[in-house]
Amino acid sequence: MSADSYEDVATGKNDTIPALEVPPQDLYHAKSFITRWIFCQDAKVIGIQYAITAVSIGLVALVLSWMMRLQLAFPELVPFLGPAEYYQFVTMHGMIMVVYLLTALFLGGFGNYLIPLMVGARDMVFPYLNMVSFWVYFLAVLVLVTSFFVPGGPTGAGWTLYPPQAITSGTPGGDGLGIVLMLISLSIFVVGFTMGGLNYVLTILQARTRGMTLMRMPLTVWGIFTATILALFAFPALIVSCIMLTLDSLLGTSFFMPAIIEFGEQSEHSGGSPILFQHLFWFFGHPEVYIVALPAFGIVSDLISVHARKNIFGYRMMVWAIVIIGALSFVVWAHHMYVSGMNPWFGFFFATTTLIIAVPTALKVYNWVITLWRGNIRLTIPMLFALAFIVTFVNGGITGLFLGNVIVDVPLSDTYFVVAHFHMVMGIAPVLVIFGAIYHWFPLITGRFLHEGMGKFHFWITFLGSYLIYFPMHYLGFVGVPRRYYEMYESPFIETSTVSLNQFITIAAITVGLAQVLFLYNIITSSKFGKKAKRNPWEACSLEWQTADVPPTHGNFGAELPIVYRWAYDFSVPGAKEDFIPQNIAPSEVPDARVEKT
Amino acid sequence: MIITIAVVLVFAMIGIYFAIKYPQRAVSAALALVIFGSIAFHFWTPWWWTEIASNWGGMDDTIILTFWVTGSVFCAVCLFMSYCVWKFRYNKDRKAEYEPENSKLEWGLTIFTTIGVCALLAPGLIVWNKYVDVPEEAIEIEVMAQQWYWNFRLPGEDGILGLTDFNNINEDNTFGLNLDDPNGLDDILIEGDDLHILKDQSIKGCLRSIDVLHDFYIPQFRAKMDMVPGMITYYWFTPIRTGEFEILCAEYCGTSHYAMRGWVSVDEEDSYQEWLSEQTTFEEMMTSIGKSDAIQLALNIKGDK
Repeated sequence: MSADSYEDVATGKNDTIPALEVPPQDLYHAKSFITRWIFCQDAKVIGIQYAITAVSIGLVALVLSWMMRLQLAFPELVPFLGPAEYYQFVTMHGMIMVVYLLTALFLGGFGNYLIPLMVGARDMVFPYLNMVSFWVYFLAVLVLVTSFFVPGGPTGAGWTLYPPQAITSGTPGGDGLGIVLMLISLSIFVVGFTMGGLNYVLTILQARTRGMTLMRMPLTVWGIFTATILALFAFPALIVSCIMLTLDSLLGTSFFMPAIIEFGEQSEHSGGSPILFQHLFWFFGHPEVYIVALPAFGIVSDLISVHARKNIFGYRMMVWAIVIIGALSFVVWAHHMYVSGMNPWFGFFFATTTLIIAVPTALKVYNWVITLWRGNIRLTIPMLFALAFIVTFVNGGITGLFLGNVIVDVPLSDTYFVVAHFHMVMGIAPVLVIFGAIYHWFPLITGRFLHEGMGKFHFWITFLGSYLIYFPMHYLGFVGVPRRYYEMYESPFIETSTVSLNQFITIAAITVGLAQVLFLYNIITSSKFGKKAKRNPWEACSLEWQTADVPPTHGNFGAELPIVYRWAYDFSVPGAKEDFIPQNIAPSEVPDARVEKT
Repeated sequence: MIITIAVVLVFAMIGIYFAIKYPQRAVSAALALVIFGSIAFHFWTPWWWTEIASNWGGMDDTIILTFWVTGSVFCAVCLFMSYCVWKFRYNKDRKAEYEPENSKLEWGLTIFTTIGVCALLAPGLIVWNKYVDVPEEAIEIEVMAQQWYWNFRLPGEDGILGLTDFNNINEDNTFGLNLDDPNGLDDILIEGDDLHILKDQSIKGCLRSIDVLHDFYIPQFRAKMDMVPGMITYYWFTPIRTGEFEILCAEYCGTSHYAMRGWVSVDEEDSYQEWLSEQTTFEEMMTSIGKSDAIQLALNIKGDK
């Protein structure tokens, strides 16, 4: 704003309020316990329902990972674990963590809780559909859990479910109900997600409060918004491949099944293409990585900005980077298939697109660390998690440059290098953001802080522990140790010292897992007995801290919706008394603030 | 042992004292330690790739290049972050700098990153171009995978692999060779046994599976490609040193995936010929089990020529 308009600011002439374009939304206020807490239409409660379900099933996946790690390092401790069980655990761990935990928690959990609050809406635009969305997700989880108890057990096809092995008898659960239930559960998940996803997108496009232009939205909302659009385009590829594979399995069709030998005889199938499944799967699977990563990018931007008391650096570039990454993520999928047997000439195209995506991603990283430069950094626990995210994300991101570059991928693909890479970049990094976000928004959700001592302990064990798990693991990949090996035996090219490395990794993994028990204890006790938080305890600018009540009640904002005059990052504005100006403060209330961007 | 524990304890005490007295500086130091620890691990790690045994040294070179470029970015970003945490500690009397955007800096970083990415991509694509372009002198060897072992077929004296058909596969004709193709008669069949190849002879591996996905992977050769039922995939390599190398299946293929191993032996000329003379051809094999009628058609065509 130019200096000559200061008078206009002081007199309120600049407090432009856009006209109300859409009449305010009527909400159904629940009357009974069931409509209030079970079949609830309040996005905040639905968000918490999503979060509790996702974390519960995630804990199952955590225990499965312990079993796998014990088998790799101390097989004598888990004598009940044969190769079939090992592969079943590997498969279920991966699928649960990627789809049922991370996707559901970021979009269903944080999306539901934060979108209406952050854009200044009373609720999602379709509250009833939102409720149905959660219960359909819940059903998907139930079907998934059921598959553990059917004869033959759950599928052990690996989370990528590649045919032909996924539906043949040589794979655990392949000729029984295990694989079918997995495919059905995924299909139900997609149905549930589509209901929720349409809701998130429409709420952001339609229900923003007056003055909340798209380019004033917090990056958290931008991240969730873009990720949801990606999911709405990507999940159809998953559901069709699930349905077609189910038909191949149950009705003997041959969408993905070529003629093969099974039980020593020619099978009934003929003419299907296993590689077609891989294309469909990764057309979903690669955007899926960004469905998890983009909300994490958004949330971490907000955490860094609030706790460094400085506006996020290069906001517009951050928004465009999110959008460009989202768009590019649809043209890189076959970098998962460099050695799949597809036409090798594709390698040139997909290596190029994949490395191009590194540019906007790197810019985001630069902007995060530049935000810290000359900031006024409060080392709160959310900030600690944000810093740890940067370390793990950059580490996992650069190993992506190894695997994305087609020729480098050839020796490294299907080794522990890949396992280390994707755990670092889409496991640990987003999970650290989830923790940071929980510590950050817990005072809003419950009105109390999480215990700080326990929180710091939890942080250091989780961050250092998981770094110690995955950093050395890359080197197993260099040696050439293949992934998905129940047992390595003694191979002459593998030094016996890798056994001790495996044992070290297992001990670190169990320690990190146990630290999460402390975190759960902290959540349970602090929600009842934690230190009371004052309103807007972190002194943030975004709207979720401006609700009528804390914790916010149904309808979020009391009688009047807030009106937005500025972006979500007016920290440390020269001339302003406080070091933050919330989005709903009119320019006339802070006449001396010399803002350069609104 | 006791001394080690004592030293660790002393360091831990100093660390804890430091962390309590200067919490923010301690976080900065911890972040820097993570980076220096990673660098130290990288240079002192006992776990590194095995000595290469094929012509694909270009892959190793590209990895090293990628390591230096990306590793320096990783260290620079994280150490910069650690410095910021140290330097810009919270002080309630101070305000952070206010600078929403800086297009010069943002464009500079964009260009810098783009150059870095090109520097990684270009050499990588050059090596990939070699990988997909099989040299003329390469001889074809078929690798046929099935749950959970390896079979091999050499082209025999005529240098041509006989044609196969999936529907021909039965317990006598495990490779499914066409019975009217004379080129298949002299093919050498190796079922579930070691493969021997000649040092410095380029080989095009024609990869085939008859049940599920597999991947023919020998760590010392670096190369890899999935085998897909219904199609023939390939890669080529030239073994550059003699030795015995373990084959590992590198694409998950069911319950005994981890046990799907085999051996390739790279031989000098003499020992290779000795091994070769002990192998049986398709024709010899069919004759020995008394099924020479089945290949009569192929024999007739061969005789006509």
